[in-house]
Amino acid sequence: MAKRVILLIGTKKGTFIAESDETRQDWALRGPYCDAWPINHVIGDAATGTIYAAGGNEWFGPSVWKSTDLGQIWTRSGNGFNYSEGEEPVKSAWSLAKSHGRLHVGVEPAGLFVSADDGDNFEQVESLRAHPSRETWVPGAGGLILHSIVPHPDDPNELWVAISTAGVFHTADGGKTFDARNKGTRAGFMPEGMQYPETGQCVHCIVMAAGRPDRLYQQNHTGMYRCDDGGEQWVSIEEGLPSEFGFPAAAHPHDADTVYFIPLNGAIEGRYVPDGKAAVWRSRDAGATWSALRSGLPQENAFFGVLRQAMATDNLDQAGIYFGTNTGTLYGSRDEGDDWGVIAQHLPVIHSVETMVIHD
Amino acid sequence: MTEPSAASCEVVLPDALLRLYPEAERRLTVAAADVGALIDALDQRWPGMGACLKDSRPSVRKHISIMIDGERTALETKIVPGATVFVLTAVSGG
Repeated sequence: MAKRVILLIGTKKGTFIAESDETRQDWALRGPYCDAWPINHVIGDAATGTIYAAGGNEWFGPSVWKSTDLGQIWTRSGNGFNYSEGEEPVKSAWSLAKSHGRLHVGVEPAGLFVSADDGDNFEQVESLRAHPSRETWVPGAGGLILHSIVPHPDDPNELWVAISTAGVFHTADGGKTFDARNKGTRAGFMPEGMQYPETGQCVHCIVMAAGRPDRLYQQNHTGMYRCDDGGEQWVSIEEGLPSEFGFPAAAHPHDADTVYFIPLNGAIEGRYVPDGKAAVWRSRDAGATWSALRSGLPQENAFFGVLRQAMATDNLDQAGIYFGTNTGTLYGSRDEGDDWGVIAQHLPVIHSVETMVIHD
Repeated sequence: MTEPSAASCEVVLPDALLRLYPEAERRLTVAAADVGALIDALDQRWPGMGACLKDSRPSVRKHISIMIDGERTALETKIVPGATVFVLTAVSGG
């Protein structure tokens, strides 16, 4: 049965879709979809082929768009994205995760919603914003956003979320309670002696290692980290990388020891690839050592960044890896990062990249 | 959707909203005592439209203007019979 590899691209002006066969040699781009709304995250459910896009429009507020025909027809719902009366209302939907029959949505200002009817209606997971640290949550440059949702693949009650700037939180009881999971991660922007708080870290992205739900990788505002215990204790893996700063992380789809980051030159240095030379950095030993992957990527006058949800892998045997820049170029590699090429360019600012592989 | 005591007014919807609700009418007559009730009436007719115009604070969304007689209104603004109500998308939101 032939496979179709579909890239789901969230941009400042709508959703785009790039599609190829399993050779991943030639890509066809289409879009923009979702009325060219700002779209922060697009995911696909390979089991059903359904695509979901999260975003927000300054006029009409937060919405999740849905397509069951690979992007030809879309429906939209903003039903239920409500905080209590008097609270700052939900501005935008930021992140998505589909698992165990539910669709979770992270929003700005930071909170978590869930849909039990496949994206028609949403209900807040209230316990997260009831966390005692809530009053200390502050916006990062992208706002006060819940940007990462990592469901446990087997246990429907277990889930990790990450908030800028508040940290990583974990539930093991289906969202009834959340506990902070930030030990070992640095809040390097805090005064000396206060840089390892229980919460308040500016986590940028968390991803789960293939086949090892207890192993997470994290890109933080200050540092790259790994945990092997579901986030109870994080260890720094940034040694050997050109900076501690970046936004996305991507886990290899089959090998729990392989992870990718895109370090930028620094939080206060412009936030572009170091020295104007683009590289994805790969570790094949869980962060102990690193290699810069540059073949096919621009090595002069490159001044782009890559945002927190804008790198992803596909799940073919030889994994493809993809990232989109904040200057609207989509790069792809079909050999696990060894060689790269341009899939699309001149797009709007790319907020997110995800993949979906379906069978004809 | 009409209430006995509600004022009947003409409502004009903006293009950006009509893109989301292609079945909606650009100009329609609605009976509502105030702007909040007007939004509720629109939501009843086209489910989801209310959340596009009103947030959970609750108030009219920041980048939406609902104007009567050249004045920007709030949810509690009364509607007089025969008024024309313009729903506008603010330039700041585009």
